[in-house]
Amino acid sequence: MATSAVEHAAPHAPAAHPKTGLWSWLTTVDHKRIGIMYGVSAFVLFMLGGFEALLLRIQLGSADNTFLSPDVYNQLFTMHGTTMIFLGVMPLSAMFFNFMIPLQIGARDVAFPRLNAFSYWVFLVGAILLNVSFVFNAAPNAGWFGYANLTETQYSPGLNTDFWVIGLQILGVASLAAAVNFFVTIINMRAPGMRMLRMPMFVWMSFITQILLLLAFPVITVALVFLMVDRYFGANFFQPAANGDPMLWQHLFWIFGHPEVYILILPPFGIVSEILPVFSRKPLFGYAAMVFSGAFIAVLGFGVWSHHMFATGMGPIADASFGLLTMLIAIPTGVKIFNWIGTIWGGSLQMKTPMYFALGFIAMFIIGGLSGIMHAAVPADLQQTDTYFIVAHFHYVLFGGSVFALMAGAYYWMPKMFGFMLSESIGKVQFWLMFIGFNLTFFPMHFLGLNGMPRRVYTYPEGLGFEFWNLIETAGSMLLGFSFLVFIWNIWKSKRSGEVAPADPWDGATLEWSIPSPPQEFNFGEIPTVDARDPLWERKRVEGRPLPEPPQVSGDDIHLPNPSVKPLIAAIGIGVFFTGFLLGNPWPIPASLTINLPVVLIGFALTAYGIFSWAFEPAE
Amino acid sequence: MRFRPIATGRLLRWTPLLTLLALVVAGCAENYPQTTLEPRGDFARMVDNVFMVTVRWAILVFVLVEGALVVAIIKFRGKPDDPEPKQIHGSSVLEVVWTVIPAIILVMVAIPTIKTIFETAKEPVDALVVEVIGHQWWWEFHYPEYGITTANEMYVPLGRTIDLRMVSDDVVHSFWVPQFAAKRDVFPNRETRIWFNTEVAGVFPGQCAEFCGIQHGRMGFRVVSAEAPEFDLWVAGMSAATEPVPVEGDSLALAGQQLFLTKACIGCHTFNAADPPPGRIGPNLANIGSRTMIAAGMLENTDENMAMWIRDPQSYKEGSLMVIAGEITVAESEALVAYLRAQQVVGPPTVAADIQ
Repeated sequence: MATSAVEHAAPHAPAAHPKTGLWSWLTTVDHKRIGIMYGVSAFVLFMLGGFEALLLRIQLGSADNTFLSPDVYNQLFTMHGTTMIFLGVMPLSAMFFNFMIPLQIGARDVAFPRLNAFSYWVFLVGAILLNVSFVFNAAPNAGWFGYANLTETQYSPGLNTDFWVIGLQILGVASLAAAVNFFVTIINMRAPGMRMLRMPMFVWMSFITQILLLLAFPVITVALVFLMVDRYFGANFFQPAANGDPMLWQHLFWIFGHPEVYILILPPFGIVSEILPVFSRKPLFGYAAMVFSGAFIAVLGFGVWSHHMFATGMGPIADASFGLLTMLIAIPTGVKIFNWIGTIWGGSLQMKTPMYFALGFIAMFIIGGLSGIMHAAVPADLQQTDTYFIVAHFHYVLFGGSVFALMAGAYYWMPKMFGFMLSESIGKVQFWLMFIGFNLTFFPMHFLGLNGMPRRVYTYPEGLGFEFWNLIETAGSMLLGFSFLVFIWNIWKSKRSGEVAPADPWDGATLEWSIPSPPQEFNFGEIPTVDARDPLWERKRVEGRPLPEPPQVSGDDIHLPNPSVKPLIAAIGIGVFFTGFLLGNPWPIPASLTINLPVVLIGFALTAYGIFSWAFEPAE
Repeated sequence: MRFRPIATGRLLRWTPLLTLLALVVAGCAENYPQTTLEPRGDFARMVDNVFMVTVRWAILVFVLVEGALVVAIIKFRGKPDDPEPKQIHGSSVLEVVWTVIPAIILVMVAIPTIKTIFETAKEPVDALVVEVIGHQWWWEFHYPEYGITTANEMYVPLGRTIDLRMVSDDVVHSFWVPQFAAKRDVFPNRETRIWFNTEVAGVFPGQCAEFCGIQHGRMGFRVVSAEAPEFDLWVAGMSAATEPVPVEGDSLALAGQQLFLTKACIGCHTFNAADPPPGRIGPNLANIGSRTMIAAGMLENTDENMAMWIRDPQSYKEGSLMVIAGEITVAESEALVAYLRAQQVVGPPTVAADIQ
């Protein structure tokens, strides 16, 4: 048991899978290639979301600015939030799930390779559909949180909100399919000897993230179905005139939305917990405490959603309960931060670029955590909520936290993924630009929020004193944007003239560093046996440092699943199906029908065909 | 470089910090009339006290934890060929310590938090009830005690507790006047409440704090905190305002009066504060001539701004529900301004806009 997907279904030697060309990418079921596709798509979308943010910053650079019209501003801030959360940070984590989880647990692929491809293609379809809305000047414009009843047809008659609802539904399918896959992969596919409490911390945090995804996404799906039924078929879930309740949306949204925050931050926690020990040359401090604090955060994450709603006037009992539960989350979060500091304390710190970003992550995440506690103090939150203070807070956890950690992960793992080392000197320049740009952009938002600047405003009048810090922030944001161009330059330059990456450039502790960079298609010539928490360090202790470069294995007798185009077909079917909701009824009858039934049916048929033919397709 | 004084190098090292300090000083020199940090009423003060507790603890924790991080980074910097450091896997004692200490700090924060939650939730007694109705994208205020309706400028008597009963006419808004009270959302299907009192006379800005559509950014208002005599004068004037203020003898204003009818302004607006006719969906314009601001607390109430607003509200506030039937010429707008300027049932607030 627990070896690889391949042994389950591989009666004969594999056909030579095509290794290059567009078709090989469209049909791939290799977790590493899928990971790379996630990474490239997500990075492009992340840059797009960043570009949207820069436009917003230009608009806010001066009082009563007219650089963007109010509607365009609202579209851009909605798409900035939606993009960064669903199309940027989540799929960037998914890149590492895909590429690294099988390698770290010593497996040859994920449990369901074709489902994995399906997840990626559905994600891409959703991302494209959301962004196509810009072409029609109808990008979503009601905020990433889409508060009812503003999203009802009466107040949002255009296609904007339809694009948003449908885009999120599609992305939900992708996330759920991926979550099932990685949940099963981590449970079932670990190498012999890798007990749960020997898993690398990144695998642990990813595992908890999959559970959060499995429990949180159905909630937003239900909420979005309610909204779709309201918008398309005239139901009244959120229509106050018919005794529907906008508050219902807020509860449903945040029951999803708060765990979503941990979906965005737990994988980065895992990444940092991998990097700090390696570059401190010392094991992770308090492994068990790290596991259980992560799990505790996840459990509590389902009990604090109403802290997003203190201003709704839920009454003192609810306010006090949700305030106290929220404060409680500070304890396991603090435990994590202290254990990270405990990890580097007494170590021998190797100040390589991944370490810079990982340490920057801790420093910035502390600030976001502390402002988080201020929001748990309900009365204080009543002043801070919906102001720039909140914008500062969540950028300190999502950018200072997640993005710094993802960047650390990129510098750490890209040598493994692509076989070349990134430039250390350019990497450090990028770190400092990003660190300074980030703080210039987001720290003054604390001042602005406390001094009365509400968020989601497309402009502000003169006389409220907001000009100065807004201008500083706009300048900082340009620096921040520039730091990502430096990153791209680093990749470009290092790919052309960088050092070739050895199998184990950092003296790593985990299994991915025991195989060549980049890994061969089947990952491990021989499935490793694990008998310790840091298996590669254990091996090096026995065999001596450094280990000889692992040889390329022929792998002729290793069976891999066949490439398949069926996942792509099923994903396109889902795209077509939902596109039918964006096109009007082509026929006059029935007049009340607001969707394009033929397109919906074609999409349904395509998906059904894709899934059925995939089910009966020979797997090897 | 041999003769470069060492001091220059030392100074240069401090450049980033000095720049930062200069920035903060420059930022603090700004005026923030909408600030949450200068409470001018009991509600805002109670909130501020809790906030200050959290700030003090946050700064303490920040200094200690970031300090430990920085010390670790400096102290334990190693070289590649250094011997392997001692392999430590954890410490149960430390785990307990750094679980318990944060828990104690949280209790210190939780106590004032819970206390203030219940204190601010108490029903105000002997309060002046003001009904707040949120509209896309302006505010309506109704005083049941006096039967007065007004828009975007809420007069309150200095010192007396104000009990707000709030509801929205369309989507979710949020009422926020930072120096007196914190935020409370305004829903279309339920009444929400918040109370406040004022400690100083003055005109204070507030703003909608929940995203409510295209013009969320320009949905402001003013609270005029007036001494009792001035407030009573305002109430008396508004209570008597059932008809437009007559403009006999002023030919320009008379022309404006005519335009107010022919340009269909009358379809949405009224000057009747005491008993407004139903179906007027725009802001009540009684006493508009004396208000400090127009366009929902966003434009100073000058003749030029008013003329600009009347001619083309969409250029300043795209998507505003105020639509102009046909075209209004510059001359017509001047006539309308003269008429509207004459609509003063009492004078403008005698207290200047508050600047902290």
